[in-house]
Amino acid sequence: MKGTCVTTDRTLRGRTAVVGIGQTRYYKRGASPDPEFKMVLEAILLACRDAGIGVEEIDGFTSFSNDRNDPPRIAAALGLPELRHSTMVWGGGGGGGSGAVANAAAAVAAGLAETVVVFRGLAQGQFRRYGQGVRTGRAAGAEAFTAPYGVLSPAQGFAMRVRRFMWQHDITQNALRAVALTSYAHAQRNPRAVMYGRPLTAVAYDASRWIVEPFHLYDCCLENDGAAAVIVTSAERARRTRQKPAYILAALQGSGYRQAATAHNAPDYATSNFKALAPRLYAAAGVGPADVDVLQCYENFTGGVMMSIVEHGFCRPDEVNEFFTPENFSFEGGNLPLNTSGGNLAECYMHGLGLIIEAVRQVRGTSCCQVPGAKVSMVVSGPMVQPVSSSIYCAEPTP
Amino acid sequence: MRQHRDDVNRSDQDCPSEHSGRRYYLPAGLPAPAADGPAAEFWAAARRHELVVQRCPRCRTWQWGPEHICHHCHSFDLTYERVSPRGTVYSWERSWYSVHPALQQAVPYLTVLVELPQAGGVRMVGNLLGDPLQMVGIGAEVEAVFEDHHDADPPFTLVQWRMLDQPL
Repeated sequence: MKGTCVTTDRTLRGRTAVVGIGQTRYYKRGASPDPEFKMVLEAILLACRDAGIGVEEIDGFTSFSNDRNDPPRIAAALGLPELRHSTMVWGGGGGGGSGAVANAAAAVAAGLAETVVVFRGLAQGQFRRYGQGVRTGRAAGAEAFTAPYGVLSPAQGFAMRVRRFMWQHDITQNALRAVALTSYAHAQRNPRAVMYGRPLTAVAYDASRWIVEPFHLYDCCLENDGAAAVIVTSAERARRTRQKPAYILAALQGSGYRQAATAHNAPDYATSNFKALAPRLYAAAGVGPADVDVLQCYENFTGGVMMSIVEHGFCRPDEVNEFFTPENFSFEGGNLPLNTSGGNLAECYMHGLGLIIEAVRQVRGTSCCQVPGAKVSMVVSGPMVQPVSSSIYCAEPTP
Repeated sequence: MRQHRDDVNRSDQDCPSEHSGRRYYLPAGLPAPAADGPAAEFWAAARRHELVVQRCPRCRTWQWGPEHICHHCHSFDLTYERVSPRGTVYSWERSWYSVHPALQQAVPYLTVLVELPQAGGVRMVGNLLGDPLQMVGIGAEVEAVFEDHHDADPPFTLVQWRMLDQPL
């Protein structure tokens, strides 16, 4: 087919829904008594129970970020009758979270499978910590141009993108602080959150140590152990399951022109990498930013949230200093309720699958920080990486 | 604690490693660059204290980091071209948290992303020599400093940067 436009008659809009959500207990990194694979199995069982679906009905799996837990092994461990679909979204971090939902929805819509689990498991105690740098003696490939200069961790990999954006648009540290304060405030109402009972004040944020400027400690995501899963099935079947369906209006992944150029050479540098994707997402969903009632926006680092919100059209770059306030992001009357579970900063860093679960809760009306009457619920997955992805969920199959 | 950086500042900027003591901006022990594949020629040039950038002889497109193919015309026959070792600060970061055992005593330190206008605007990552607490201005002019690690096996040379005009 000629051209690159996704025409509306070929979208996934309203054809599938999330009908089940499951998450293990969330632990500080290294604190889980269980290995990663076992936690993944537990999250899948919890999602099936939530949906009222028998485990034997699962016939597909999608994941992202090179998840270590192999679907054929999961299917064997669970004794599934037949595995009909498994796909992985390439790329690191949480960039593939909504992309894994897209793969699940596409598989269901195309008849490749009926009941697909999107999952992610992380045991940073069992495996390597994300917040630490590479430890090899020799830096090969792209790392040869960063690691010898002490640029080793994800925070160091993204700080210069954010610094450039802040410089271009005269953005103050308070914008980043607002994102951190929002997540911590919402986490205080979420007993599942790792930071439940540990509130953050503006004073404490300002006094916190730098990790790498412009990121304070509280601008950086947590490192956790746990697993999470959601179940995607057809809209027809969703209406016969136990929970109120969260219909998938759109889920897309992608990456802008040469965003994965190495040694920090993406031509458009000060970006979260959503400039190309966001217009496609809204066109596919049939909604615009003004229709979004509540947003879960992946916080690897607060600066990524800032650029993502701008690139998804919620405010202009020159409006960031005014728009980014804890009040504006609050579930209680904010213009853009944000990260209502506490997100990656204060609930748990499950590579953003927790954000998808929270978006579903908002549609169901069961969030700890419920936005009254929330209908259109959006997720932004993994800013500043390649690829990134976003998804929009709705209480109805059409907006 | 920052003695090694002071040494770099006082030294001949082309050969900071020929002074005694802590000779490098960041201590030895960090991953060394693997000088192979399409990057080999860059690291070989750095050993000669020359700054080179990949360029397509067919369509004249500059390209960095190194690739096997020209992203513009898809020629596989790429070469390197020597460029003036000057640039401007495109962005910067100051690291305070050590993420590697070799960096325990080396924080804070400065990393800059340097744009090379004379090479199609490609950018290079390096450390900014001098006071790690200095103000860094985006747009400031910088000059390459070749930091020889003669004692490494195999030896290698990093491309570092220094401010041409110290900020006020």
